[in-house]
Amino acid sequence: MSTEAKRPPAQKRSDKGAPGNNGADSASANDPTQTTPEVRRELLHSMMLQRRFEERCAEAYALGKIGGFCHLYIGQEAISTGVMSMIRPDDYVITAYRDHGQAIARGVSPRAVMAELFGRADGCSGGKGGSMHIFDAKTNFLGGHGIVGGHIPIAAGVGFAIKYRRGNQVCVCFFGEAAVNIGAFHEALNIASLWDLPVIFIIENNRYGMGTAISRSTANEDVIIRAKGYRMEGESVDGQDVFAVREVMSRAVERARKEKRPTLIEMRTYRFMGHSMSDAVSGTYRTKDELEENMKRDPILLLHNRMFEAGELTEGEMHKLDDEAKATAQDAWDFADASPEPPLEKLYEDVYADTSS
Amino acid sequence: MATKVVMEALSPTMEEGRLVKWNKNEGDEVKAGDVLAEVETDKAVMELVARGDGVLRKRLANEGDASPVGTLLAVIGTADENIDSIVGAGAAAPAAASTANQAANTTESAGKTAAPPTPAPSQGEASTPPQPKAGAASGAPPAPRSAPPPPPPRPAVPPVQQKGNGAHPASPQQSGGRQRTSPLARRLASEKGIQLGGIQGSGPGGRIVKRDIENAKVSGGAGRSAAAERLAAEGDFKDVPLTLIRKTIARRLAESNGPVPTFFLTAELDASRAAEMRAQLAEMGDQYKASFNDIVIKAVALALAEHPEVNAHWLGDKIRQFNRIHVAMAVAVEDGLITPVLFDADRLSLWEIAGKARDLARRARERKLMPEEYTGSTFSVSNLGMFGIDQFTAIINPPEAGILAIGGVEEKPVVIDGQLEVRQRMRVTMSCDHRIIDGATGAKFLQTVRRYIENPLSLVI
Amino acid sequence: MAVVTYRDALTQALREELQRDDRVFLMGEEVAQYNGAYKVSKGLLDEFGPMRIVDTPITELGFAGVGVGAAMVGLRPIVEFMTWNFALLAIDEVVNAAAKMLYMSGGQFKIPMVFRGPNGAALQLSSQHSQAWESWFAHIPGLKVCTPGTPADAKGLLKSAIRDDNPVVFLEGEMLYNTKGEVPDGEHIVPIGVAELKREGDHCSIITHGKMVLVAMRVADDLAKEGINIDVVDLRTVRPIDVEAIARSVQKTNRAVVLEEGLEICGMGSQVVDFIQRECFDDLDAPVLRVHQEDVPMPYAKNLERAAKPDAGKTIAAIKKVMYLD
Repeated sequence: MSTEAKRPPAQKRSDKGAPGNNGADSASANDPTQTTPEVRRELLHSMMLQRRFEERCAEAYALGKIGGFCHLYIGQEAISTGVMSMIRPDDYVITAYRDHGQAIARGVSPRAVMAELFGRADGCSGGKGGSMHIFDAKTNFLGGHGIVGGHIPIAAGVGFAIKYRRGNQVCVCFFGEAAVNIGAFHEALNIASLWDLPVIFIIENNRYGMGTAISRSTANEDVIIRAKGYRMEGESVDGQDVFAVREVMSRAVERARKEKRPTLIEMRTYRFMGHSMSDAVSGTYRTKDELEENMKRDPILLLHNRMFEAGELTEGEMHKLDDEAKATAQDAWDFADASPEPPLEKLYEDVYADTSS
Repeated sequence: MATKVVMEALSPTMEEGRLVKWNKNEGDEVKAGDVLAEVETDKAVMELVARGDGVLRKRLANEGDASPVGTLLAVIGTADENIDSIVGAGAAAPAAASTANQAANTTESAGKTAAPPTPAPSQGEASTPPQPKAGAASGAPPAPRSAPPPPPPRPAVPPVQQKGNGAHPASPQQSGGRQRTSPLARRLASEKGIQLGGIQGSGPGGRIVKRDIENAKVSGGAGRSAAAERLAAEGDFKDVPLTLIRKTIARRLAESNGPVPTFFLTAELDASRAAEMRAQLAEMGDQYKASFNDIVIKAVALALAEHPEVNAHWLGDKIRQFNRIHVAMAVAVEDGLITPVLFDADRLSLWEIAGKARDLARRARERKLMPEEYTGSTFSVSNLGMFGIDQFTAIINPPEAGILAIGGVEEKPVVIDGQLEVRQRMRVTMSCDHRIIDGATGAKFLQTVRRYIENPLSLVI
Repeated sequence: MAVVTYRDALTQALREELQRDDRVFLMGEEVAQYNGAYKVSKGLLDEFGPMRIVDTPITELGFAGVGVGAAMVGLRPIVEFMTWNFALLAIDEVVNAAAKMLYMSGGQFKIPMVFRGPNGAALQLSSQHSQAWESWFAHIPGLKVCTPGTPADAKGLLKSAIRDDNPVVFLEGEMLYNTKGEVPDGEHIVPIGVAELKREGDHCSIITHGKMVLVAMRVADDLAKEGINIDVVDLRTVRPIDVEAIARSVQKTNRAVVLEEGLEICGMGSQVVDFIQRECFDDLDAPVLRVHQEDVPMPYAKNLERAAKPDAGKTIAAIKKVMYLD
């Protein structure tokens, strides 16, 4: 059993990015096709907030307010929203460096994320982490990590701790398809399966490891086959369809909670931006035509069309949702802009923890 | 047997001399004691005399040449003696073998080199025989004189403490003109007031190391140190850690007592009229109050204006005389002393001096002085009269030319015009940097100080 | 005080801390069923069970990361590397994850864990298995690095390391496991970051740590017969380094030799010499000398290996040099 108290559901607007945190016993989670219009509107809002937030990040980067490496999530929002909507507040999330959207979808305050990107004192990591290192203990968001694959064994370790305490949480671990070729991936999956750890490994297959197409990096492009090598359940899913994401997640979460078994999921998606802000959106490694073709399967557009066709969303309501998302992103910008730089004495803090025990 | 004529150290401080005039020509017969030449030292023109009999075979210096002490100037020998090897070596490496106290006409017999005198700091100290800078020690094979430059010497007798096969491959310690000293040795020397210049280093490359300083201390006759050791042996003491200010004082004052050649002039002044004036001023009101110290500072400032040669700094390669007069006054503070400065003291009224001095002293004791308030003085005054000290000598605050030490004012019987009178007397002692001030200069300056203090009205009008 | 081996002292520390705090667990290759490659974990599986004494696959990167993840959410892992030579495969988790997590999360996630195992050259294991790694890890802010040289320090420091809220790299001397020494009975804690003056003398300091402490003590014994008294400063921890202890000793003796098992360039001695020149410049009577492994990979042949390692003879030569006795 878990020794940690269940967090109350977040109520503030800034936390709206975590829709449908209904817990495993919720009917809607068990059957994603049974979502209510209200839940669907929340899913749409979560994805739109990430989109508007990332657009403002691009703008802030161009203005020099954000520095360093900055990897945007635009195009992949159905994955973060779908995954986060299927787990509990006391579950754990760990990811790589394309982490803003996932953090917001998890419920990390957009203000704290933007302030972190701006390198300010009110950033969720105090301005010491930056874009690649969004951490938030309150939401069990265990960080963006900057070394490809390096965090996958850590996810296994979180799973180990859950098992050690006889908890029933899960740990969700995101990484790109290129990470399946790194040793840490294999070592972690082997351990997770060997020891029956409740970890959900999610490959966000956006088809490019930076500028290298999967066909040029991976001997067998069918990455989900790797699950078999570790006697692990593996499923591939359309990562642009938030309902498909929720459906596969519902199975994986149950497997983790009840059977303590890990799952490997491939979520097929596409990144609409360059690898990072310093890379071209298209060009040497992918064509403009390919990009435009994939943008027709914009996850927000897909959900919007479905709701519009079902008659549960008017254009006016869509605009209202969009205005809300924009306002939240603007609020995050304003907050970050007003936040002071970290005081210089912080430079020497947090290198070591004071040992109390 | 040839006799070398070298530039001798004809004054205690002489490092080089200028050959003014040869009194003998090549081929002249000379006897020991004959005046060979006139040499201008740093002080005077002195006579260079022959240290052996024979014929002045060769003159190696021309009139007007300046040569370091030890330089071979001439050779005296028998008429048919071959002196080529002596002349060759001397011309090529004039001063290699000599220091000031080694300089002499050294007698050289074939196949045997006279041992150079042992440098003073190591005399009688068996544990560390000196490592000669060049040439061989007694009993060692002669150093090759004809093949300059001489190879790096090895001491024939390694120091007793040392093990193994002799010393480090030492080059002459002043190679490159720089004395090598370990940081610790430098610090110890500074603390003990030992001049490194007189010490022969026993470390690699002639590096002066701790043991060299310790040995110098013992043989240097520093009774203070022996006494300190005796006291330490008694065990009845408290070690007080050095504060920063104390360290600075030590460093500065050791610097003074070492390289600053100081002499002292003491005068007893009549302060009766100054005392009267003080009393009268005090009656006029608090704002007119002045201490003896203030009176002395004012007098010194005015005297400095009349003697700019005293209002000067030693800058190593020059003396800088100042037109403006900034008088520092030593103030005792809790753990040391500090010297706040009365800038343009000659232009301040006595009451301005009194006011500023009080303020500076107070803030000095409170440790509230800014650095610019205690630096930049051109002359200093130290007063211990209030402690009942009759007379003392103060240590010059380099690079200043002098410091005036003020004793207490006391009643004394004095004979004036044949009559015994009781007068207020005060003793002042001036420490003078002889590099800047000569005895007469200092004396004249003190006369002026006396004139002002004994005629104190001149200080207020 | 009982006389125990360095190995048993470590086992005592593990057992006591496992008993004391159920968040503590031990993980590594062969630590459980096999009782540990060097038998440091002997008997612990029976006492604490397989959930707390965990055999891992040969997967250093994997289980080091598992330790980091477990520490991140509140457990206190002890990760054993069969030797530190294998830990290079896991260095990303030690350096990029464990050491930096607290800082890059702005203080939110501490990593209370210990990475431990044998360090340094044993005998004829050749280059890949004969390495002293302390300077690699001491380089990294966020890590603490312990290098005990005696059984008492091994026990006291390991207990401190397990209780520490930071990632601690704990380097055990492979050649020390069978050495014996007195270990205080009962609760024995040695604080991290505090050196110990293992022997007092006023002629020269040896600054050292780890296995080389034994060499330093032997050197001090030998030189004492010649009337030379050595101050032996055992750093015990090389990050943080007890600079004050170094300065105290060098200010007393005015000369120092820094002795370490590892390599010269950017070795621990480089750092110690830097502290000395900074803190003790005016106290030095001679340049500080260093004794270390020769600047070559460790060879296999006995004679070559002996020549490559730092030893008492090299140390004595260095001491005589700084004392101007050579």
